[in-house]
Amino acid sequence: MTTPLLTAEGLNLHFGAIAALRDVAIDITAGEVVAIVGESGSGKTTLLRVLSGLMAPDSGTVRWLGQDVHAMGEAARRRLMRTDWGFVHQNPRDGLRLAVSAGGNVGERLMAVGARHYGNIRGEALSWLAKVEIDATRIDDLPRTFSGGMQQRLQIARTLVTRPKLVFMDEPTGGLDVSVQARLLDLIRSLSRELGLAVLIVTHDIAAARLLADRILVMRRGEVVEQGLTDRVLDDPQHPYTQLLVSSVLAA
Amino acid sequence: MNTSEAPSASGATTLEGYNFAYLDEATKRMIRRALLKAVAIPGHQIPFGGREMPLPYGWGTGGIQVTASILGPDDTLKVIDQGSDDTTNAISIRRFFTRVAGVATTEHTAEASVIQTRHRIPERLLREDQIMVYQVPQPEPLFKLEPRRVETKRLHALADYGLMHVRLYEDIARLGQIATAYDYPVMVNGRYLMSPSPIPAFDNPKMDRMPALQLFGAGREKRIYAIPPYTDVRSLDFEDHPFRPIRAPQACALCGSRDTYLDEVITDDRGGRLFVCSDTDFCAERQADAAKEAAE
Repeated sequence: MTTPLLTAEGLNLHFGAIAALRDVAIDITAGEVVAIVGESGSGKTTLLRVLSGLMAPDSGTVRWLGQDVHAMGEAARRRLMRTDWGFVHQNPRDGLRLAVSAGGNVGERLMAVGARHYGNIRGEALSWLAKVEIDATRIDDLPRTFSGGMQQRLQIARTLVTRPKLVFMDEPTGGLDVSVQARLLDLIRSLSRELGLAVLIVTHDIAAARLLADRILVMRRGEVVEQGLTDRVLDDPQHPYTQLLVSSVLAA
Repeated sequence: MNTSEAPSASGATTLEGYNFAYLDEATKRMIRRALLKAVAIPGHQIPFGGREMPLPYGWGTGGIQVTASILGPDDTLKVIDQGSDDTTNAISIRRFFTRVAGVATTEHTAEASVIQTRHRIPERLLREDQIMVYQVPQPEPLFKLEPRRVETKRLHALADYGLMHVRLYEDIARLGQIATAYDYPVMVNGRYLMSPSPIPAFDNPKMDRMPALQLFGAGREKRIYAIPPYTDVRSLDFEDHPFRPIRAPQACALCGSRDTYLDEVITDDRGGRLFVCSDTDFCAERQADAAKEAAE
C-alpha cells in the first residue's frame, strides 16, 4: 500500500442550519479513480471544493502529501492548482478563456509555470489537441466556435498539459448528449490510465461511475453513507439509500 | 509659501490666490508619500487621493499632480506631448506651471530638471539630476485580460503573470509576431509587471537602467508608480520571438536621423507623406548642428 496523495479527515461544513458536510473522510492514492455519487444537494460539489482548497471547512483537515492544504499560503495553493492539480468544471465556459484561441488555452498553464518558448508551447498544445481528438487545424480558433463536447475536451487538454498528479472533475459529462458523453468517458479513462492520473470525479451518473471509477463514495445529506470498490458497492449495495440509487438507474 | 505676486525665477508673475504649484501643501505631502512608497517598490501601483485639476481627465491630470508635488522654485520644466514641445497639451501644461509656480520652462531636454511627458521618452539620454513624469491613462497592465481589480491585485501580489504571456502568444498565433506597438508590458526589477504608459515599444529599452528617476501618475485611476534610477526594466517576450522595438524604416526628412522614432505626416490628399522625428527638440538640435558644420 502506497501512501495516499490526498487525505481528508473529519470534514464538517455548515451553511447556516444546513449541514453540507458531516464528518467526511477520504483518501486518494496515486493513479486511482474515485467517484463521488449522490443526489443533488448531497454535498458532492461542496466536498470537491473543500478538498481542492477552494472553500475552507468548519473543522477537519485536508492534506496533500502530508501538507495541510488549508494552512498553506495562497501562493502555494495556486501553484499546486496549476502544477500537481487540475480542475475540470462541469461547464467548460468556467474553465476556458473564451476570448483566447484553443492553443492559447492549452498553453496558459505552461506559461503560468514559466514556459517562455513559443515554439515549444505551440508544439505541446498541438500534441495535446491530438490526444483529446481535436483537429490540429482548429488550434487558432476560439473555443466559442467549438461544440460542447469539443469545449469539454479542450478543457481537459488544458488541465492535463502540466501533467498533474490529481484531477478534480465536477460532473464533466453533464449537459452533453449520450454519444458525446460516452466518447468523453472513454477519453478520460484512457488518459488517466496512460498518465497514471489520480482522478476524483463527482457525478450523479451511476453508469459513468461504474465505467471509470476504482472506488466509489455514496453521499447523502452531507454524509458518506457507503464506500468501497465500485463493483462491490454497485452490485451489493448495503445502505438503503445506495440500494435505492442503484435500483433507480434505467437500464437501456 | 508666499503666493502673492511673487516674481519668479523666470521673471513671470504668478497668479494670486494660489498656493505654489496649485496644489495645497497637505495634498502635495500626501502625493509625495505615495511617491516615496512607489520608489521603494519599483513598478508597484500605489493608490493616492487624486484631486480635481483644472483640466479634464485624459489630458494629464495624474502627471500634473505628480509634477506639482515635486516641483521646487528652482526647477526648469519641460513638457512634451507625443514627443513635441509645441502641441496644445504641452503648451497649456507648461503655461499652467508658469502661472501657478512661476518656474522656468524650456524646450531643451538637456536644460530641464523635470520633464512631464505623454507618449514619448526624449531621444537624448537623460541624466541622474533629471526626473521624468509620465501621464498614464490606464496603470493596470492586465486590465484588458482581467477586468476585476481585486483579481489583478492578487495576480500582482503572487507575481502570477502567465496571463500576459497568453496575450503575446495570441498575437504571434494570429499575426505571426507580437503586434503590440505601444504600452508594451514591462517587468520591473524582476518582480512587478508594469504598464509603461502608452509610449511606443521603441522607447521601452530607454527605461532600462535609466539614470533619471521615472514617476508615473494616473489621475482618473488614482494610481502612482515609479522606477528608481538604474533599475532593470525588461520587455516581456518569448525566447524564440524576442522583443523588437518597432520603428518606421525611413530617415527623418528634416534631420536625416535613422535611429530615432518617426512620425508619419500626411502632406496632401494625393498620398504625399513625410517622416519626421517625433522628438522635435532632438530634431531641431540635429538640424542646428548640421547647419553649423556646413557653415564651418
